[in-house]
Amino acid sequence: MSPFARSALTLALAFLYAPILVLIVYSFNDSKLVTVWGGFSTRWYAILFADGPLLAAALVSLKVALLSAAIAGVLGTLAALALDRHGRFFGRGAYTGLLYAPMVMPEVITGLSLLLLFVGIGLDRGIATIVIAHATFATGFVAVVVGARLKSLDRSLEEAAADLGAAPLRVFLGITLPLIAPSVVAGFLLAFTLSLDDLVIASFVSGPGATTLPMRLYSQVRLGVNPEINAASTLMIALVGLVVLAASWLTARRGQGG
Amino acid sequence: MSGRLTRRLGRGLVRGLPLLWLVLFFLVPFVVTLKISFSSPATAQPPYLPVIDWQGGLEGWSEFLQALDFQNYHMIAGDALYRDAALSSLGYAALATAILALIGTPTAYAMARASARWQPILVALVIVPFWTSFLIRIYAWIAVLKPEGLLNGALLKLGLIAGPLPLLDSSVGVLIGLTYAYLPFMVLPLYAVMSRLDPALLEAAADLGAGRARAFATVTLPLALPGLAAGALLCFIPMVGEFIIPDLLGGSDTLMLGRVLWSEFFSNRDWPLASAVAVLLLILIVVPVVLFREAELRREEAAEGRGR
Repeated sequence: MSPFARSALTLALAFLYAPILVLIVYSFNDSKLVTVWGGFSTRWYAILFADGPLLAAALVSLKVALLSAAIAGVLGTLAALALDRHGRFFGRGAYTGLLYAPMVMPEVITGLSLLLLFVGIGLDRGIATIVIAHATFATGFVAVVVGARLKSLDRSLEEAAADLGAAPLRVFLGITLPLIAPSVVAGFLLAFTLSLDDLVIASFVSGPGATTLPMRLYSQVRLGVNPEINAASTLMIALVGLVVLAASWLTARRGQGG
Repeated sequence: MSGRLTRRLGRGLVRGLPLLWLVLFFLVPFVVTLKISFSSPATAQPPYLPVIDWQGGLEGWSEFLQALDFQNYHMIAGDALYRDAALSSLGYAALATAILALIGTPTAYAMARASARWQPILVALVIVPFWTSFLIRIYAWIAVLKPEGLLNGALLKLGLIAGPLPLLDSSVGVLIGLTYAYLPFMVLPLYAVMSRLDPALLEAAADLGAGRARAFATVTLPLALPGLAAGALLCFIPMVGEFIIPDLLGGSDTLMLGRVLWSEFFSNRDWPLASAVAVLLLILIVVPVVLFREAELRREEAAEGRGR
């Protein structure tokens, strides 16, 4: 690697990680001023765990993330199967476009248009509407993760099972699903973190009584930097870090017939 | 039930369930938004008029259609606020995409040339920030960019500046935020293409006397263009409609369409106008996508032509 390329890479990684490190370090700062170091302290974590509305919002977020990731996990896996196994079916291009468009669509558009639909059909806004919205934009991400696994799958086992007379559903449950299971779980975890993270779409489609963690954090962030938010952020980063480790461990196992 | 029938039913379910969901919750909402963008705001529940009268039959429909008008679009076309917001959204997104291309290309190149043992680690390092909360990552920059923040403090200590620079609440802050948040989306497609390049091509260039820089400019870069185009599109589209970054890092005068839509909806409670802004935003986004698809199709055709 040339020295230029090496320093470009180092700088890019520093750029990606420096703000996160600053945030974590200052969550242990005793001073209320975020830019002045006042000694090590965990008092912001104590304040955080006594913050009732914040904890309630975290619980709402967890519920929404679990439910929406479960729906997106099923839908995304089915869509990936359709794209990988159904060949060049009619409307395949449009199908792919519809599947992947929610991934890049600006969140303000997705959020507003879903809200207008919910109001139009008279659906009460709350946890259920946030779950539907999150499942919609996460399905494409799951399909990408599962699709990559399906593409590299050795088909001979499935063919052997089919030759021996197993019905398609039985082949799927007995052979295909166990083989792609790690990627399905990885896709589920990705959908889970995306849901946990979303502010914009949830703000549009939620109703009174359903405040998610990012919505709560945002209302405080608007008032300025606050060490309690740093503490909450650090815990969220730690949680997501664990999820990422689990997901990468699951995808790394694929070579071992897992 | 015969085997063939269950098989067809199974296939239909596999393909149809996601299709049904996405049509219902992604496509239909756009139609609803389009319809409401032709409505007028009202102090009612829901806050717009007209509302379709399903019992009114044909007459109700024609009344409904007659009540629709282009009023919101006239407003958007006539008011400089919306034009400026659209232009500055495109400007910020284009500028940030260019900066991302400049940073992302050498980064992806370095990753692709790293040893096989290091490559998956480097890819993971680029992806991990994408998994952590977007809101939190942008929030983290406030402490860095503030007038009394860490960056200004470091620059003052080094004696590089006389007074704190206005990094936060400015267009500089928005550009830094956009570049930071979308860097993985630029690096990963570029890396995907560059890591698949045949090293023999670079060896051949070196044998023919090309230096590293020349080999990069004449061999690597042209072959990596599809990755660059994909990365640019992946960054440009969501950036045009970005809300969180201009809201937290931009000043009160930082106009972007995502922010205008947000305030029309949440502050002014003008749902029809917010819908019209959404339609405008969608049009701004669809144009580059169509251009990209056209270019891709042409390239594929050209490649097939050469293969024959």
